[in-house]
Amino acid sequence: MIRFAAIIFAVLVTAIPARAAVEIQEITTPGGFDAWLVEEPSIPFAAVEIRFRGGKSLDVEGKRGAVNLMTGLLEEGSGDMDALAFAEARESLATSISFSATTDTISISFRFLTENRDASVALLKAALSDPTFDDTSIERVRAQVLASIRSDSTDPSAIAGRAFNEMAWGDHPYAKPGDGTIESVTALTRDDIVAAHAATIAKDRAFIGAVGDISAEELSALIDTVLGDLPETGAPLPTEAKVTLEPGVTVVPFETPQAVAIFGHEGIDFEDPDFFPAFVVNQIMGGSGFQSRLNREVRVKRGLTYGIGSYLSSRDYGSLILGQVSTVNARMHETVDIIKEEWASIAERGITEEELTEAQTFLTGAYPLRFDGNAQIARILVGMQLDNRPVNYIATRNDKVMAVTLEEANRVAQRIYRPEDLQIVIVGQPEGIEPSN
Amino acid sequence: MLRWITALATSLVVAGGAHAANVSNFKLDNGLEVVVLEDKRAPVVVHMVWYRVGSADEPKGKSGIAHYLEHLMFKGTDTTEPGEFSDLVAANGGRDNAFTSWDYTGYFQRVAADRLELMMQMEADRMVNLSIAPEFVDSERDVVLEERNQRIENDPGALLGEQRRAAQYMHHPYAIPIIGWKHEIEALTVEDAVEFYEAHYAPNNAILVVAGDVTPDEVRQLAEIHYGSIPANPDIQPRERVAEPPQLAERRLVFEDPRVAQPYVVRSYLAPERDNGDQREAAALNLLSRILGGSQTTSVLAQKLELEQQASIYTDASYRGQSLDDTTFTLFTAPPEGMSLQEAEDKLDAAIAEFLAEGVDPEQLDRIKAQVRASLIYDADSVSRLANRYGSALTSGLTVADVEAWPDIIDSITGEEIIAAAERVFDRRKAVTAWLMAPSAPEQEVLQ
Repeated sequence: MIRFAAIIFAVLVTAIPARAAVEIQEITTPGGFDAWLVEEPSIPFAAVEIRFRGGKSLDVEGKRGAVNLMTGLLEEGSGDMDALAFAEARESLATSISFSATTDTISISFRFLTENRDASVALLKAALSDPTFDDTSIERVRAQVLASIRSDSTDPSAIAGRAFNEMAWGDHPYAKPGDGTIESVTALTRDDIVAAHAATIAKDRAFIGAVGDISAEELSALIDTVLGDLPETGAPLPTEAKVTLEPGVTVVPFETPQAVAIFGHEGIDFEDPDFFPAFVVNQIMGGSGFQSRLNREVRVKRGLTYGIGSYLSSRDYGSLILGQVSTVNARMHETVDIIKEEWASIAERGITEEELTEAQTFLTGAYPLRFDGNAQIARILVGMQLDNRPVNYIATRNDKVMAVTLEEANRVAQRIYRPEDLQIVIVGQPEGIEPSN
Repeated sequence: MLRWITALATSLVVAGGAHAANVSNFKLDNGLEVVVLEDKRAPVVVHMVWYRVGSADEPKGKSGIAHYLEHLMFKGTDTTEPGEFSDLVAANGGRDNAFTSWDYTGYFQRVAADRLELMMQMEADRMVNLSIAPEFVDSERDVVLEERNQRIENDPGALLGEQRRAAQYMHHPYAIPIIGWKHEIEALTVEDAVEFYEAHYAPNNAILVVAGDVTPDEVRQLAEIHYGSIPANPDIQPRERVAEPPQLAERRLVFEDPRVAQPYVVRSYLAPERDNGDQREAAALNLLSRILGGSQTTSVLAQKLELEQQASIYTDASYRGQSLDDTTFTLFTAPPEGMSLQEAEDKLDAAIAEFLAEGVDPEQLDRIKAQVRASLIYDADSVSRLANRYGSALTSGLTVADVEAWPDIIDSITGEEIIAAAERVFDRRKAVTAWLMAPSAPEQEVLQ
């Protein structure tokens, strides 16, 4: 099922854990799956998050959107249940099973009452290993996907994101819209959907986190039941992407009162030894909260925007450092000038000791706030595994943030902010801006 | 400082659902109402102050002042610099923000539990000592205008939503957008903001909600120290807004915008809201919205329009029960390619008529009630969401007892009550039907 006009933010959050009071058990099931579990029996339900590495990037050329459409069809019936019977069974159990796809993963968010565990598990297993993909459902979900693609085609933020990705990622799948195009989705057949399922849902790429009222033994049995019948492997995972972005300013003309800009260039990998200093420096440049340099200069001092930020968009196969802002067409010129100045300033002059301390205090204090509820913690546990973090990461993450020195931060600021490489894509009718490429 | 005994005497502990967080509720002598939700699972608290004032309480011609004031509340007090509030929250590892609706304005922070007192001290300070730094008055108004651009002007669906509400409420201030009309935002002054602040921000017009790793005793003690010393404002009276006249004529809108890629029909009906001690009709309407639109597969509109007839690619029904005054019940359908909006609307009407004739499917109602019962368990997982629920209820004319009674009332509603409520609410004389579409292509006009 694809929600019409859903706004999906595929921002990959760098799972930077710290000192929250969660005790993770690492388990290996008899079937050979590794999983992380936090037992939290005080409320009689559990949340299980399962992700398959690969996601929409495993679309075959010419079949863009197949993985997305397939994911939307997983809850549309399986075995002897049609879409209606499946949904009714799920509702009677008050279980929630949702499937979603990003560029790098397919995710299953699964939540069930303890008293309904076995029946809920059987339902999820059926949906995952034996989906029907019947023609009626395919046409229905296809129409929803097409509506969503059409809506994105006139949404300035979506247009900007698409244009930026096309310039950034050359011939890698990251360059193409993960939902596909009107043409590619229209042309998809049932065989393409079956192939997308076989390519993406497999044992060798599953990552599992669980939190709640469930023991290690119970979770083991659950995992082996749900995933045990899947094929051992799927399509080869994507290769590393090369950032092909050229510097400059690109304007995509679009009639709308407020222009949207996405800006950035090549970023830094999760596993790079400089990742932590980069993360801290980005917090100072454009991180969340009201304190960042970009927010202060663009919003607070000049009232140019309601929101501006930058983030490390470190994906599995390539990384960017990105920012986004929207402002009325007449003031985009001024906004772009400030962004360029700030980008150059942090690279050339670095940050101050005071800024470093403030960012460290904020990041270490905010970290435990993320551990908010069973489902949220389950998502964090899976994200950590996908990023190859060790199980003790949560306990040591804040120490890593605190260990960043001013010297290191300034060296890394110079490394990751490259004003000469900055590409700015503007969608709208910005006044006084000459596109440079 | 107020006496502790009085607070104790007026305290009331209400058990939640079987597993929900423990809820306590008491009032300080100065009228500040306090709700405490205990959740010991993580050493974190959410601290919120909700004011019983929103955009529907604005003076005529000053639309957007409630929201603009919310922004200016971060621009300094007698003893703190502009921006210092959020800087201090951040320096303590917390996050803060604020929000405005028609019936309330809220301010909140999430922080480590041991920083609660500092949050109270700062929030109590800006309840009475706001001192807006002049250099931010204009720039922050520009921020609000850009917020309006981002939320409304850049989104044809949001523009139509504004027009639809303006037509739905002929007299009541719910007709006016929360963020304000653009021409009125542009003219707002700091004097307008201060006047609004002084008239409405006071302990006897506020609700303090603290949720997380705290005890009611701790909260009471700290609240007495920091909020208890603020005098009540004797001029604050219960809110009495103008009432709608009888709505006798259906209203229809067509909005064309070249940015519309997916046309749709949305119809809203004026509907009763949840009232203190009287929530049965609202509970029936809540269930009606779930029956008609609560699932993309099993709901009545999805079944009839999406699955059986392929006459819609997306249907929805929604009801916003928490509201101080009359609210709306809304139906939505987006036609498949090639179908006109008139045909989509006709099919929607036919589906509703069929539903009223057939009645409620008892199995569907049972499934929905099972989910509502389960939500008592699931909801305990997010104390922030529970905090929001109590805050919005208590600023929308409800009490803690109303919130606690709601699940049982839902559980007791019959199919007949739901159909009866549907027949009352689906009155076209009280409805606005709005079409969103792209302009017809010029070539077609030439051909005609």
